[in-house]
Amino acid sequence: MKTDTSAVNIDRDKGDFHYKVDYGYDAGVGLDERVVKYISDVKHDPDWVREFRLKALQTFESKPLPTHWASKDLEAIDFNKIRYYLAQGQRATRSWEEVPEDVKRTFERLGIPEQERKFLAGVEAQFDSEAVYSNIKKAVGEQGVIFVGSTEGLKEYPEIFRRWFGKVIPTGDNKFSALNSAVFSGGSFIYVPPGVKVKHPLQAYFRINAENFGQFERTLIICDEGSELTYMEGCTAPKFNTATLHSAVVELIALKGAKLQYITVQNWSPNVFNLVTKRGLAHEESEIKWIDCNIGSRLTMKYPGVVLKGRKSRGEVLSIALANNGQHQDTGAKMIHAADETTSNIISKSISIGTGRATYRGLVHVPKHLKNCKNNTECDALLINSTSRTDTYPAISVRGTGNSVQHEASVSQVSAEQIFYMQQRGLSEAQAMSLSVNGFVNDLVRQFPMEYSVELKRLIELEMEGSVG
Amino acid sequence: MQQLEIKNLRVAIGENEIIRDLSLSVGLGEMHAVMGPNGSGKSTLAKVIAGHPDYKVTSGEVLMDGENLFELEPDERARKGLFLAFQYPSEVPGVTIANFLRAAMQSRLPEGEELEATDYYAKLYEKMDLLEIDRSFTSRAVNEGFSGGEKKRCEILQMAMLDPRYAVLDETDSGLDIDALKVVANGVNSLRGPNLGVLLITHYQRLLNYIVPDFVHVMVQGRIVRSGGKELALELEEKGYDLIRDHAEEPVAA
Repeated sequence: MKTDTSAVNIDRDKGDFHYKVDYGYDAGVGLDERVVKYISDVKHDPDWVREFRLKALQTFESKPLPTHWASKDLEAIDFNKIRYYLAQGQRATRSWEEVPEDVKRTFERLGIPEQERKFLAGVEAQFDSEAVYSNIKKAVGEQGVIFVGSTEGLKEYPEIFRRWFGKVIPTGDNKFSALNSAVFSGGSFIYVPPGVKVKHPLQAYFRINAENFGQFERTLIICDEGSELTYMEGCTAPKFNTATLHSAVVELIALKGAKLQYITVQNWSPNVFNLVTKRGLAHEESEIKWIDCNIGSRLTMKYPGVVLKGRKSRGEVLSIALANNGQHQDTGAKMIHAADETTSNIISKSISIGTGRATYRGLVHVPKHLKNCKNNTECDALLINSTSRTDTYPAISVRGTGNSVQHEASVSQVSAEQIFYMQQRGLSEAQAMSLSVNGFVNDLVRQFPMEYSVELKRLIELEMEGSVG
Repeated sequence: MQQLEIKNLRVAIGENEIIRDLSLSVGLGEMHAVMGPNGSGKSTLAKVIAGHPDYKVTSGEVLMDGENLFELEPDERARKGLFLAFQYPSEVPGVTIANFLRAAMQSRLPEGEELEATDYYAKLYEKMDLLEIDRSFTSRAVNEGFSGGEKKRCEILQMAMLDPRYAVLDETDSGLDIDALKVVANGVNSLRGPNLGVLLITHYQRLLNYIVPDFVHVMVQGRIVRSGGKELALELEEKGYDLIRDHAEEPVAA
């Protein structure tokens, strides 16, 4: 794939703007049955979805915030002050021409239509609650690949959608998956038919535009037997003084022999609570890989996981988290081995700058009756300042005799001597810092698709420039 | 004015004065050796010239072509043509020598100007050939897992690439066996010329068999106690620092 990488523009300042938009649909402020019913009404939900949402609301209300293990900062979220649904309409257009001007200019400024032309097989663009644009290249569509928003997916393809929806991540998995299940809107529904290898990535772009808003997209991706897909998501929001909530649920299903790669580069503004549940279900000899780059947000809690259900299936999480001043990146990975000869690999790198805090939480589970399972976990933390913080909570439970695990962790610090050395060669302090950080993530970033590795490096440089001097 | 001029320099760490009223000038095109026993303040001198933040300059100044270095950040000094070959170079994990040097050279270009990759690699390979360095060397991370000899060779390669006007080589010979010493010395000699002034800091005379200085200065307890031509190094080798140290407490003859 040869592309002009400068087109993938996701830098912080580029995302920090918002245009005034007239919303035709607004569920108002706060959360109760009335709001959930309003969402069902405007979306013309089938009955099973209405019931699903209302039950989920009860689950959400009955579950406490997980502050017994997670950050108390969660208590700063005022669920009664958030707007749960804002949209201009419910149907995504197939052409940018038809996207209303006030919304289109946002995506143009973010460079999305340009990227689509250059290297993507398809794009979905979500603005607050609903996708405003969703399209795949003709050739990809003709192979039988389905790429639509979740609302359209559940209506047009109920036989596939309903079979897998909520099966990988049940409503009650955690408080925020329950919240998402009650008010979900937008996100992608993708189905790749057996044997179809989608050459270029499909991309979704999630944009929060409104203040005091919660975005709850729901993504469901099914790769049928022997198929291959790379999906990328990007996210931005403007900087507001009030808290914004982003709480997505992403479910991946790789059937026998399928390969599914899910790439996230999120660049949230520092007022966003980013509380996302992501999990994949890997069938026999299939492979699910999460590449997860977390930059920005006030608090991110996200632990992409793979349930290795089929023999010889493989799960992987490669993640980078950058916690700048005042930010907390609480990220990690879960690998649930549930069949023989399954392998999993977790590589996590975190960088803490200023008063930033990076937490790694890992869960690797291999039950006693399984044979020849393997896990490799590496987590490395880099501290930039003496006020920076990192914590690691690995939970590895491996039973049985024929299984192997390997765990390595390291914490390093950019030393004053190293910075002086680099400055003596002519680099400014910020350039020296950013080169050190790039060096730290280098071996991992090399495994990313080129478009994202270049962009990620640039994003790190921008973060470092803003934080030094 | 084409010189690196150290004028009445006094430097302290905390209460402890390490450099005491030191003056020395290195003209463009000249090779000056500063010799002295351990603890004489040689390395402190090198770091202060480069702008290391741990040292406090209590008085005096260092002028590079007339410009006061103490008014510049370490990176500004570097971009204006000052190079320090470190005694103990830092590791930069994950960053290859090629990328590091590229960033260093890029930092010398005006804003908005992009370093031409083909020109850069042509120059890099030319200098590597000159210094007899294997091509695979620059794809290794800077100083990570390097032997003493590799570290020093990496310093000299950087010096060759960055074309400094004035270079301070701090104990470039320390930790080297005789073969590595010869390679490094050849490298320095090949960079000698009318557009480079060098301040060569060393404990041992043996380096000066391979890099022949124009001037030799003996530094004891934070000041220059004797200066002379290259023969002074041989005298020092013969008599040892003790002889000179005996004179150190006496005021330097005017």
